[in-house]
Amino acid sequence: MAAVRSTILSAVLFVTYIGIGALAHDTHFSLAWALLATLLVWAGPAQIILISTLASGASVVQSAIAVTVSAIRLFPMVVAVLPMMRTPQTKRRQLVLVAHFTAVTLWVECYRFLPHVPRDRRIAFVHGLGSGLALIGLVATAIGYELAANLTQTFGSAILLLTPLSFLFSTARNSKELADGLALGLGLAFYPLASLLNSGLDILISGVAAGTIAFVVHKWRQGP
Amino acid sequence: MNDFFGDWHALLVLLLAGVIPNQIWRMVGLWLGGGLDEGSDLLMWVKAVATAILAGVIAEILVHPPGALASVPGFLRYGALVVGFIVFTLTRRSIFAGVVSGEFLMLAGKWWLG
Repeated sequence: MAAVRSTILSAVLFVTYIGIGALAHDTHFSLAWALLATLLVWAGPAQIILISTLASGASVVQSAIAVTVSAIRLFPMVVAVLPMMRTPQTKRRQLVLVAHFTAVTLWVECYRFLPHVPRDRRIAFVHGLGSGLALIGLVATAIGYELAANLTQTFGSAILLLTPLSFLFSTARNSKELADGLALGLGLAFYPLASLLNSGLDILISGVAAGTIAFVVHKWRQGP
Repeated sequence: MNDFFGDWHALLVLLLAGVIPNQIWRMVGLWLGGGLDEGSDLLMWVKAVATAILAGVIAEILVHPPGALASVPGFLRYGALVVGFIVFTLTRRSIFAGVVSGEFLMLAGKWWLG
């Protein structure tokens, strides 16, 4: 837990999950549903996409597609994190929980902490770090949910506003390549246009269009 | 069912639309492990689309606000994001400063409107 206390990113995590808890409440999901989502999905963007698509009337298949596209970024993260703690004796099943805990916060913190941890103790360390972060996420989900249930409308709206603000800024902070920043800006601009189509797949349409344009511009800027 | 659990159908939807489509990529990463080029074009395109989808969700919460947020007028919701982003940029990308100033603008605006 000492590792968790010193984590700056845990503040962002806390705020994000307060927002997710409040969002789950105001879109009429149960508290157990919100807590299970935090425990089993353990990816803020996927949870927000899941909640907002289901709440806006999307089908299970449409939500699943939007969630899985957002989750693809976990794949390179897991691939990057695991070699940091793998030894020749490590079995794949010992890394299942590490893979589950892998999300942007843990990914960043592994780069920060693991160089100071002996290699043979790194899996245990990451299990502790991941559990601590998950606990923070669960507590924040419950607090956000209860706050949204009990606060006045003004403060309730302030808590719901935490989600778009903290996600926009933390994504902008992590955008190192031109393609990422452009995808973020175009994605914001395209959604209102795509929502006019009212197709039920608005998020996917605007996301694929904005992401593809950002990628093409990035490639074009790199030049031959 | 009681209030805490809600209905079982919603929990099934959580599993099918949330847990499985999300976890599958972590497990693919675990099984395939190395042999992946971080800088490959396909991966870069996927990351750009994933970022744009997240941006779309941010926009959706502001354009079609859920619950209590719907009581905040549109210009205040968009204004909070713009002002927060300006402060975020000016403070060398401080997430905290951006969030606090965006929230402050929204609350001040709401209070001023009465």
